[in-house]
Amino acid sequence: METVLTDIPWALILILLPLGGGMLCFLWPRMARVFGLITAAGVMLSVVGLGWQLLKNGVYHHQVGGWGAPLGIDLYADGLSLLMLIATALVGFGVSLYSIGYFKPEKAIHFWPIWLFLLAALNALFLSADIFNLYVTLEMMGLAAVSLTALTGSREALSGAMRYLLATLLGSLAYLLGVALLYHGFGTVDIALLGQRVEATPYLWAALGLISAGLLLKTALFPLHFWLPPAHASAPAPVSGVLSALVVKASFYILLRLWLEIFEPIVDGEGIETLFGLLGVAAILYGSVQALRQTRLKLLIAYSTVAQIGYLFLAFPLAAAAGVTAWSAVAYLAISHALAKAAMFMAAGNLLQFGGHDRITGLDRVVQRLPLTAGAFALAGVSIMGLPPSGGFIGKWLLLEAALTQGRWDLVGVIILGGLLAAGYIFKVLGHTFTQAEVTHQSTEVPAGMEWAALLLAVGAILLGFLAAPLLMLVGIGDPFGISEIRS
Amino acid sequence: MNWNAWLPLLVIVSSLLPGLIIFSLAEQSVRLRTMLNLAGALTSLALIGWMLWGVYHGQHYELRLALLPGLDLVLRAGPLALFFATLSSVLWLITTIYAIGYLEESPHRSRFFGFFSLCVTATIGVALSGNLITFLLFYEMLTLTTYPLMVHRGTEEARRAGQTYLTYAVFGGALLLLGTVWLYTLTGTLEFTPQGFLADLGVEHHPALITIFALLIAGFGVKAALVPLHGWLPQAMVAPAPVSALLHAVAVVKAGAFGIVRIVYDVFGVEFASELGVTGPLAWLAAITIIYGSLRALSQDDLKRRLAFSTVSQVSYITLGVAIAGPIATIGGVVHLMHQGLMKITLFFCAGNLAETLGIHKVSEMDGVGRRMPWTMAAFTVGAFGMIGAPPIAGFISKWYLGLGALDAGQIWVIYVLVGSSLLNATYFLPILHRAWFREPSGSWPEERDFGRKETAWMLLLPPVLTALMAVGAGVLASAPFSPLEWVRFIAQREFYQP
Repeated sequence: METVLTDIPWALILILLPLGGGMLCFLWPRMARVFGLITAAGVMLSVVGLGWQLLKNGVYHHQVGGWGAPLGIDLYADGLSLLMLIATALVGFGVSLYSIGYFKPEKAIHFWPIWLFLLAALNALFLSADIFNLYVTLEMMGLAAVSLTALTGSREALSGAMRYLLATLLGSLAYLLGVALLYHGFGTVDIALLGQRVEATPYLWAALGLISAGLLLKTALFPLHFWLPPAHASAPAPVSGVLSALVVKASFYILLRLWLEIFEPIVDGEGIETLFGLLGVAAILYGSVQALRQTRLKLLIAYSTVAQIGYLFLAFPLAAAAGVTAWSAVAYLAISHALAKAAMFMAAGNLLQFGGHDRITGLDRVVQRLPLTAGAFALAGVSIMGLPPSGGFIGKWLLLEAALTQGRWDLVGVIILGGLLAAGYIFKVLGHTFTQAEVTHQSTEVPAGMEWAALLLAVGAILLGFLAAPLLMLVGIGDPFGISEIRS
Repeated sequence: MNWNAWLPLLVIVSSLLPGLIIFSLAEQSVRLRTMLNLAGALTSLALIGWMLWGVYHGQHYELRLALLPGLDLVLRAGPLALFFATLSSVLWLITTIYAIGYLEESPHRSRFFGFFSLCVTATIGVALSGNLITFLLFYEMLTLTTYPLMVHRGTEEARRAGQTYLTYAVFGGALLLLGTVWLYTLTGTLEFTPQGFLADLGVEHHPALITIFALLIAGFGVKAALVPLHGWLPQAMVAPAPVSALLHAVAVVKAGAFGIVRIVYDVFGVEFASELGVTGPLAWLAAITIIYGSLRALSQDDLKRRLAFSTVSQVSYITLGVAIAGPIATIGGVVHLMHQGLMKITLFFCAGNLAETLGIHKVSEMDGVGRRMPWTMAAFTVGAFGMIGAPPIAGFISKWYLGLGALDAGQIWVIYVLVGSSLLNATYFLPILHRAWFREPSGSWPEERDFGRKETAWMLLLPPVLTALMAVGAGVLASAPFSPLEWVRFIAQREFYQP
């Protein structure tokens, strides 16, 4: 039994299953919901299989078709890939469960094929071993994400999607130019090989600049975040969830991966780390303050994403001296934010559907009749604020620890302040949960599945607070942060 | 398999599980809800009783679960932990009975009792925490679970009070988090240890340690309502009476005070803390809070507000006892954790009865109420005299030990603070008693409800009478085995001043 489990090519299944599922949804639109949910469940099981495989055999490396590194497509999975795949599978299942109730049939025929295609692109991205495949998957992901954003067809959605399209294309283009430079300069696109070959030549610097700029744009790091709030706020709720939870994390993952494997060993000196750190600080402060000022719930959540992305970049300046703690913090923040933010957008979607609006001051009438949704929002909020027990707390704890061991009081201050501001905007919403108000409007029923999907993901974000020890052990598979090399 | 290790977790589950189930119950299933509540409270009481007996006879109850690499979640039922846990679970049981009577027929009861159980879970978790990060976890959980109770009424006033509370609590939590992580980066451990774990740290770390002490005390001081961090407490009296009772007697305020006890004794160690010179300022801060709270209480006409300021003042006796840093004062401070709880919960129950039965909210409306509600006012009188420190009620024991401890530590000024505060207590409590017993009723009550020949519903009457009896019992039987005082002596011997 065990050997069977470890021998199945789970990584391939992770890519092919959603592709096939998407195809089926396209061919039999009536059965799309069934296929969609089964696919999402299958993806979850496959991730479990892959995790098992990694635990038994260590890092996974597979040459598709047996072509080998420079020419063929290589799949690669270590602890960091696994973590992102886990996040994708969990959020993916939650989103699928939610979407069954959310989309009316005429929208559903478009939604399911594109969504499963997006899922395949995400999985492929996290499994890619070379920078060109990363580009292909990044582009697939971006286009699918833009299509989903435009799905409602409203004016707001279309203009949001348009901006998003331009940003994502520009980002990929810059990234592709960087890839071309690296290939030209060092003769390979394989990440591991590049890691051995790169030297501090102008090619490398130009590539670093282009790749960083492109990926920062796609990750929506301040001040390149301008496209995110309109796109995330105007998309359908489950799509907003996917965009905030997974899509921005995917481009961040590429940046992190390339930084760790290729650039960090060469680019010594503090310039770039410091810049990333500063932008992270600015993102936290600007995003949180903007979130506090919003009067509409979905925009508030979108700006919260801008702020939360900032935290991921605080690790760069901290990593030099406290590598394992800082990068573990990033990994943990990324997965916790994925679950919590998806839950939050879904909860907002429920409120919007039930009450017909998402003005925060008018929410009391709505919230009281959707206790599960209110609970989901509150639990997700706990993780976003970084209060214990939650995944967000673990991430914040590790980040604070890394900052304090180096005496980086400026970053300590920002982390604490960011938490306080987050509490401010979360409780701004929750404060309206308990006030009494007359029910004056027509309400639309919210299917139970939508309420439970949001709640399940939020509970997941809380449970992450108790799973740090095993999860960080998993992340350590294959030593993605290159810690043991430095130490030995 | 060592079952003893799982007992602390079982105590927590015994209140957590009923809470979670209650959320899912329909509003009408009163009987099932009541049974769940009582079953949870009785189970946790029985488990704690079992562990009290075990600890007295040298058993250890400790559970460790890995939280982060190198950092565990620790639940440990030591003598001090059980002392606070006992208070929580006893008062939980009594308050549950009271709340069932109080909230009869009001809306959102499932929500109320759900959060009520979670709140108790957090308090017992705070009690049983074996290290600072576990403490932090339950402490924040307490913040989050009391908020819905505080705003339960759903009025605009309640919402504002809730926001104020959160502002204070979240801010305090942030300071606490900062202090905790900082401490961890210096020491690599957060384990509560008798006599602390910091004494070995080099002198160069002392400025950092002093700052950490300030951060942690400020973090706990918010809940313990140390001046100037007390602002939320008087506002929080908009909550329903059982919530105020629990809040002031055990849950929130005491969790803060208990945190201060833990910091001084089990993190810094009392000797090291006085070596650092941080206990002196803490004692002054506590003294200022004691006097300030009493002074403010004098001018309040709203009964619950007056009681709230009285809490501000009384809870700082605990801090004061801890900060005097002598063995006898410690006993006075820690035992006050229990004594103040019993007396203050009595007073709040009584205030709730007056409001619920006669619609009385203000001191000025209380003329002659003793004749209409003799049992309630008798309990109130016991509580009030206890607060003043009249023997043989529990409050006297606390003050006696605080005074003796201050003399023992050579800090005469504390005696003046104690005398002054007792006088002030008398000044704001005796007029209430005078009105209630010796003045003629003014005619009709603001909003009277009819209970036939009884003065009020038995579920409202029984709890204050019980707690009042316990307050008297804790004073009269102070030297009986397993009395609060004797148990605190046992704690001091085992945990604080171990050779």
